[in-house]
Amino acid sequence: MYIATLGDVEEDVVAAVERGLGHVYAFGVRRLSGLPEPGYAYDAQRGQYSSALVLRQLITHVPGDALSLLGITQKDLFIPMLSFVLGQAQLSGPAAVISLARLQQEFYGLVPDRQLAVARAVKEAVHEVGHTVGLTHCADSGCPMSLSNTVRHVDAKGAELCASCIVLVEEKTIHMRETGTTLNRAGTRSV
Amino acid sequence: MTHWHIMVVDDEEVMRESLAAWLREDGYNVDTAVSGNEAIEKARTYDYAIYFVDLKMPGGIDGIETMMEIRKLHPEASIIIVTAYATVDTAITAMKEGAQEYIVKPCNPEEISLLVSRIIKVKNLQRENSILRKKLTKQYSFHDILSKSPKMGKIFELVKDIAALRSTVLIQGESGTGKELIARAIHFSGDRAAKPFVGVSCAALPETLLESELFGHEKGSFTGASSQRKGKFEMADGGTLFLDEIGDISSKLQMDLLRVLQERRFYRVGGAEEIEVDVRVIAAANVDLDRAVREGKFRDDLYYRLNVISIKIPPLRERREDIPILAHSFVERLSHELGRKVNGISEGALRILLDHEWPGNVRELENAIERAIVTCKTTMLTDEDVAFLVPVADQGKASWNVPSNITLEEAERHIITATVQRTHGNIKEAASILGIDRSTLYDRLKKYNVQRE
Repeated sequence: MYIATLGDVEEDVVAAVERGLGHVYAFGVRRLSGLPEPGYAYDAQRGQYSSALVLRQLITHVPGDALSLLGITQKDLFIPMLSFVLGQAQLSGPAAVISLARLQQEFYGLVPDRQLAVARAVKEAVHEVGHTVGLTHCADSGCPMSLSNTVRHVDAKGAELCASCIVLVEEKTIHMRETGTTLNRAGTRSV
Repeated sequence: MTHWHIMVVDDEEVMRESLAAWLREDGYNVDTAVSGNEAIEKARTYDYAIYFVDLKMPGGIDGIETMMEIRKLHPEASIIIVTAYATVDTAITAMKEGAQEYIVKPCNPEEISLLVSRIIKVKNLQRENSILRKKLTKQYSFHDILSKSPKMGKIFELVKDIAALRSTVLIQGESGTGKELIARAIHFSGDRAAKPFVGVSCAALPETLLESELFGHEKGSFTGASSQRKGKFEMADGGTLFLDEIGDISSKLQMDLLRVLQERRFYRVGGAEEIEVDVRVIAAANVDLDRAVREGKFRDDLYYRLNVISIKIPPLRERREDIPILAHSFVERLSHELGRKVNGISEGALRILLDHEWPGNVRELENAIERAIVTCKTTMLTDEDVAFLVPVADQGKASWNVPSNITLEEAERHIITATVQRTHGNIKEAASILGIDRSTLYDRLKKYNVQRE
């Protein structure tokens, strides 16, 4: 499992996402060297970046041994139908991206809260990587795989997968896991 | 998460694929089409629950035309028209042509999530409703007869009890109440089920022909009898002979029939050989045979011979609780037979059906539903579709002769008394018929000293 920054991203966020993904999924998390800002995906009319185009670009960088590649960007993402997306992933495909723009309190004119923004980023990372593994939205509102269209929803959910999603991850990644590596109830690795 | 399928129709690849991907994350099965024509082709082979259709798709048919074609194939599909440039005209056209929603992109993600989940929720309820209705129909179904009425329930029990016997049965009931269905239920519930069930309508044929029809004839027995022919009694050997409209047969035939019922033997017309048969006779009459006997129009000995087991089917107006279940069942069957996509009855239409007196009983209801389906312009029968059924209350208004020398108060007292009697003391129903609230009705009852029962 790989993560890559797209342009400038604060180190504390990247480190937290790395730790969070490693804690939840039974795969090692590695960093790819930083990728450039997604200027190619910029839509001047909307002043936002097309997540579909970012994903297309990310696919070309997925290493051969990767289960998935998660891009992290400061830029605000959109798809044509929606005014914004917090992130997007290929369902059962290798590429995913999260945007930090709307996870920050200052986006809404509020007092910055670094800790909160980082916690939100981890949940969104777990969520989008879950899609790459093949998980769809979870009905358990406390599970990070539940649908979140606003930061309010993101804050309401936890960072660890629910029991059902853990089982699903096990099932969907059985062919990829190394012998003896399993997910426990908390989503941490045990050998 | 869900078995519902969604179709995204857009000529722009990024738009199409990004929305499809977003919906797939929610667990929906999503298919895409690059043009209206491709969407219509796919809709021919698959039934999608929701269609997201872009309004403007250059080089082919536009979103509205696509929607109209899809609605012809799947009237129940929910179609969401998507546009980047909304105008009042296009919005009105889209909604008029049956779009479920008209949305302007980009939308708030929460809005789309709520819209899709709301539509799916309704579809789940509709599906659940259809399953429950089928279960209910099965529960109240007895050999193709639908009823939840306790009176009919007793008849079904009796049918089960007598099915294995050979005793003659007399079924009486108004025209259209389903006498032949009960006769068939008796036949097919018993051990004669594998043998023939032969029906004869006694009113349909003149006396001589009916005699030949029942008992058969020998070659040359009358002009036109060019060959020997078996009668219905012989055809029904081992099984059941259903004699419908028995009240209409001549006195000579009444006598012949009495002999067969007593002896189980008869001669073909013009024949010398006595034929013996094992036939169970079920007779039916839509006239009051008891009265016909008293008036000397029907032989009393034949009546007693036929009336070994008596079944009286109540008219539909005495089992109004069956009207919804029967109506829904007819809609389901007839819309399929007529090739129409009608799948429900509105509350208003059902109210009219419930209020109608149904002199022609279940047959009239079936015919009324057929007529309504033929003229129905949507997927649901509305009150307009059944407006040809004049409510009971209106029938009365046309022929009511207002008595002379009567005060307004007396008239009011008469009307209130009659209505309360008609509803068997049901104040809620009586108040509804009279168009007043219950407290007003209680005041009037007190004022005129009218007893509820």
